[in-house]
Amino acid sequence: MKSKNLPITIFLMGLAILFVAPVIIVLINSFKGQFYILDAPFKLPDSSTFFGINNYISGIEKTNFLSAFGYSLFITVFSVLAIIFFPAMTSWYIARVKNAFTKILYYGFILSMVIPFQMVMFTMAKTANVLSLDNPLGIIFIYLGFGSGLSIFMYTGFVKSIPKEIEEAAMIDGCNPVKMFFSIIFPILKPIAITIAILNAMWIWNDYLLPLLLIGNDYKTIPIAVQYLRGGYGSVDMGAMMALLVLSIIPIIVFYLISQKYIIEGVVSGAVKG
Amino acid sequence: MENSIKKYFPLFVIPTLTAFIISFFIPLIMGIYLSFSEFTTVSDAEFTGFLNYIKAFSNKEFLDSLWFTVKFTVVSVVTINLFAFFLALLLTKNIRGRNVFRTVFFMPNLIGGIVLGYIWQLIINGVLLNFGVTITYKASYGFWGLVILSNWQMIGYMMVIYIAGIQNIPTELIEAAKIDGAKGFQVLKNVTLPLVMPSVTICLFLTLSNSFKMFDQNLALTAGAPAKQTQMLALDIYNTFYGTVGYEGVGQAKAVIFSVILASIGITQLYFTRRREIEH
Repeated sequence: MKSKNLPITIFLMGLAILFVAPVIIVLINSFKGQFYILDAPFKLPDSSTFFGINNYISGIEKTNFLSAFGYSLFITVFSVLAIIFFPAMTSWYIARVKNAFTKILYYGFILSMVIPFQMVMFTMAKTANVLSLDNPLGIIFIYLGFGSGLSIFMYTGFVKSIPKEIEEAAMIDGCNPVKMFFSIIFPILKPIAITIAILNAMWIWNDYLLPLLLIGNDYKTIPIAVQYLRGGYGSVDMGAMMALLVLSIIPIIVFYLISQKYIIEGVVSGAVKG
Repeated sequence: MENSIKKYFPLFVIPTLTAFIISFFIPLIMGIYLSFSEFTTVSDAEFTGFLNYIKAFSNKEFLDSLWFTVKFTVVSVVTINLFAFFLALLLTKNIRGRNVFRTVFFMPNLIGGIVLGYIWQLIINGVLLNFGVTITYKASYGFWGLVILSNWQMIGYMMVIYIAGIQNIPTELIEAAKIDGAKGFQVLKNVTLPLVMPSVTICLFLTLSNSFKMFDQNLALTAGAPAKQTQMLALDIYNTFYGTVGYEGVGQAKAVIFSVILASIGITQLYFTRRREIEH
C-alpha cells in the first residue's frame, strides 16, 4: 500500500512546490533593486542586486501602507461583526413570523446574491455620497447591506432546523423574544456564524472596487494601495510593488495558518449551503 | 409566539433592512431606470427608451469582451474542475501529509484578486522574457495568463469541496464494488462519480459565476491590453462608466445585460440544488 502511494506523494510534493513558487519568487524579488526585477525575475539577489529592506521602506512610504492596513483591518472587522449579528436577528424573525411581507423580504435578499456588483456600483456610490456614507464608518453600513443576502440565506436555512419547542418552553417561562434571541438562539447559530464570518472576511479584506468607488480618494485599503502604486506613477517601482505584495500576503497567510481548520470547513459548508 | 416576536420588528429587522434598501435596493431600481436614460450625474437623467441597449449591442468592445469572457469561462471551468477533482481523488487516498497538501493547495484562494494579478504578471513576464516580449504583446498571452491565474486561485477551493463530497461516500459501497470485481476506473465511473454529483454541481456553478464576474485579476494582470483585447465584461462595464464621459447610460445598460446573464446562472443553480434536496 505504502510503496504504491510513493509516486503519488512525490507528484504531490512537486505540485505543492509549484503552488508555493509564485509567492516565493515575489518574496525573493522584494529584496532586489527595482531595475533587476524585470530583467531577471528568477535569479536570486547577489551583492550587486541586493537591496535589503529598502523596497519595503519605499513601498510603505509611497502608499502609506500602514494606514491602508489600519483601514482594511477596521473595515473588515466591524463589517464582519455587523454581518454576523444583524442578519441573524432578521433571519430568526423571517423564519418565525410567516406572512407575505417576510416572504418578499426573504426573496429580496436572495435576489441580491445573484446580482453582480457592476449593476449597482454607480448608483450605490451616488447614494452613499448623498447620504454621507462615503467614509470608513459608512462603508460598514454599506457592507452590511451587501453582505446580508448570503447571511440571511444561510441563517434562515439553519434557524428552520431549530425545534420551535425550545422557544415555546422558554416563552412559557416568561422569557421575552430579545432575551430569548441572545441567550438561546444566537448561541445555537454559532457554527453557521463562524462560516459567515470567514466568507465575509475573505470578501471584504480583498475587496477592491467597492471601497475604491466609495472612499478610495481619501482612505486607501490594502488592495487600493497596491493598485495605486501601479497607476499613480509613470513607470512602476517594481521593487516597492514586490514589497507591497509580500506585505499584503503575510497577514493573510498568518491568519490562515492559525485558523485553517475553520477556514476550510467554513468555505466547504458555505459552498454547500450557498 | 409569533405575535410577541412581531412586536420587536424595529429591533430585529429595521437595521438590516435599512442597510439593504440603501446599499442595494434603491441603487438597483435607480440603475434599472437609468439604463433607459442619458445622464452624467444621476439628477440630469433624460429618458431615452432602448437607445442605450441598442448602443450596447452595437458596441464592438462590448461584444468582444462578452466573447472573451465566454471563452475564458468555458476553459477555466473545465480545467479548474478537472484538476480539482483529480487532486481530490489523490488526497482522499491513504497518503502521508494529506493535510499539508490540502493546506498548500487551498492557500492561493485567500489572496485577493489585485495581488494575484501582479504576482502572475511578474511570473508570466519573467517566462516571456526569454522570447523578448511581455504579457500585453498578444491577446492570447493574456488569455492563457488569466486561465493559469484562475486555476491557481480556484483549484484548491474546488478541491476541498470535492474532498468533502468523496469522503461522504460510505466506504461499504466502494468495498462492495471491489468485492464484485470492479477495477479502479470502474469504481470511479460507476460509484464515486455518480455519488459526488452534488459537489460537481456546486463546483461547476461556483467556477462559472466566479469566472464570469472576474474583475480584479483582469485589471491587475493585463488591464485589457493589448488594445482592450483581453478585457472581460466587468472591466468593460467599468471602463464604459468611468472612462468615457456621456456613456454612463450605456454602461448601465451593459450592467443590466450582465446582471440578467448572471442572475440566470444563479437561479439555475438554486433550481438544481433545490431539486437535489427533494430527491434525497
